[in-house]
Amino acid sequence: MIAARWEHFPHQADMGVRGVGPALAAAFEQAALAMTAVVTDPASVAPAMAVGIDSEAPDNELLLVDWLNALILEMAARHMLFSRFEVSLDGHCLHATAWGEAVDVEKHQPAVEIKGATYTELKVEKGESGEWLAQCVVDV
Amino acid sequence: MNTEQLKQVSDFEWHIAPSGKMRVPAVIYADRALIAEMDDKVHEQITNVAMLPGIVQAAYAMPDAHWGYGFPIGGVAAFDAEEGGVVSAGGVGFDISCGVRTLHTGLTATEIAPLKQRLADRLFTHIPAGVGSTGQLRLDAGEMDAMLRGGARWAVEQGYGSEADLDRIEEHGCMAGAEPGQVSEQAKRRQRDEIGTLGSGNHYLELQEIVEIYDIKAAERFRLRQGEVVVSIHCGSRGLGHQIGTEFLKRMVIAAPGYGIELPDRELACAPIHSPVGQAYLGAMRAAVNCALANRQVITHLTRKVFADLVPGTRLTLIYDVSHNTCKEEWHTVGGQTRRLYVHRKGATRAFGPGHPSLPGDLRDIGQPVLIGGSMGTASYILVGSEEGMTRAFSSACHGAGRAMSRHQATRQWRGRALVDELASQGILIRSPSLRGVAEEAPGAYKDVGAVVEAAERAGLARKVAKLKPLVCIKG
Repeated sequence: MIAARWEHFPHQADMGVRGVGPALAAAFEQAALAMTAVVTDPASVAPAMAVGIDSEAPDNELLLVDWLNALILEMAARHMLFSRFEVSLDGHCLHATAWGEAVDVEKHQPAVEIKGATYTELKVEKGESGEWLAQCVVDV
Repeated sequence: MNTEQLKQVSDFEWHIAPSGKMRVPAVIYADRALIAEMDDKVHEQITNVAMLPGIVQAAYAMPDAHWGYGFPIGGVAAFDAEEGGVVSAGGVGFDISCGVRTLHTGLTATEIAPLKQRLADRLFTHIPAGVGSTGQLRLDAGEMDAMLRGGARWAVEQGYGSEADLDRIEEHGCMAGAEPGQVSEQAKRRQRDEIGTLGSGNHYLELQEIVEIYDIKAAERFRLRQGEVVVSIHCGSRGLGHQIGTEFLKRMVIAAPGYGIELPDRELACAPIHSPVGQAYLGAMRAAVNCALANRQVITHLTRKVFADLVPGTRLTLIYDVSHNTCKEEWHTVGGQTRRLYVHRKGATRAFGPGHPSLPGDLRDIGQPVLIGGSMGTASYILVGSEEGMTRAFSSACHGAGRAMSRHQATRQWRGRALVDELASQGILIRSPSLRGVAEEAPGAYKDVGAVVEAAERAGLARKVAKLKPLVCIKG
């Protein structure tokens, strides 16, 4: 049984986000969670409001970056943070719902704003043990 | 980085000879210690830049170069459109036209001392900083386009500052060739309420004391006097620039094969200057430059209001405003020929020497002020563009200290509260909405900015004029 999980990995100026899961969609959800954790503790963000997101790209790697960038746009334009994600994939089309709430500086103590997800250290692959990994560096 | 991979030309200049797909050599300006500190990724990235179509002369890395996206941060490269040259969204980066401006206060550190706490609190209250902060301006579609076309000039027309400010901003405060129609609705949506906000990360507003003068003549011309206090503002084009960077990176990655461009790294996404995508990007990128100039102009206005309230009669005059992440059309002499080039500076400052026609009349004989930002708690510097620098790296210099340590490592090594207390004991007041943000930006996580500036001077990129020490830092 592969447990879905996320982690950060270091980049000299910025931060790497990595999601791991039993399926590609789960790895994408975990990568999004890792991205929220760059800003704040995801546990502090109530999944109170849902936002729908659709992305499309020519391959899985570009799709990961597109998905994270779509989230960054919603975070920035709505002044929100997200803590729960549901991703479904149809080829290289992604349909997702992200749940979160408005940024509250006192409550969330946001460390930094994310400018964009990058192609640096970008990897989407299925490991030998069958687990999916989705990662890239985000510019902060 | 291992110096054995490089050919040493002088104590401050190192070359990588063209090999494989490199079209030109790569040149790194730094001393041995700074090179040793540089990540191997800088070598890989500057070598990749040297492979891009139409690159002229060499790919350059500044003394503060570190691992970036496609280009190293601290990377400079120029392209000739007539030789198939490209424009690269990755070569400009996400924070388009992020830059620094510095203003005189006309007050001494002694005069400021009794007001320091109140100034820090008032600036922190009035200048929106950090995640989720919004400015007071709400731009409708027409105003947004006017801002993207007009830059700081638009801001001045709206009552934020004066004509005299424009004289001290690159491009006279308004980047020509901006095309708001090339900026997506998403980018505009992201910017709707972000004009006049600092942002977060390494962005800041600082009060700084001039603690040392190195070049008396240039300091006099820039009106820098030891003991006086200046205000420095470091921020960029906010959400709009980030969104443009994001969207064009994808468009260029997808379009590159169609233009016959083989990308050594997807992050180097680029398109020929003479192509629809290249032209669309230039129009959008120039609009983002204007957004950054307008943003710094509005923040300047807010700063002036705080000073006017607390110290009636003060006049904050602009020394200069420089942008770090840009692609600009400039004329340079290459091999005795004057050529029109598209110069990418990613985390590098333009540093025009004396006589350059784009300098304001009263500075033309001395050279351009080059503003080098420190990191919270460490010094900043003002340099001046030199004659010699015009023949190096297309009149470019470093832009700051450059990170030496990841945010990850920094948060493990420092705690925000302890840092704020420690800096307060050194007389530096920090105001920030986020203690974790403070820890990630710990001064110790950056390279020694003094060594970077020294190397820039010794390499002939620009000359040191003055050193500034922080008194108050508003951190996003």
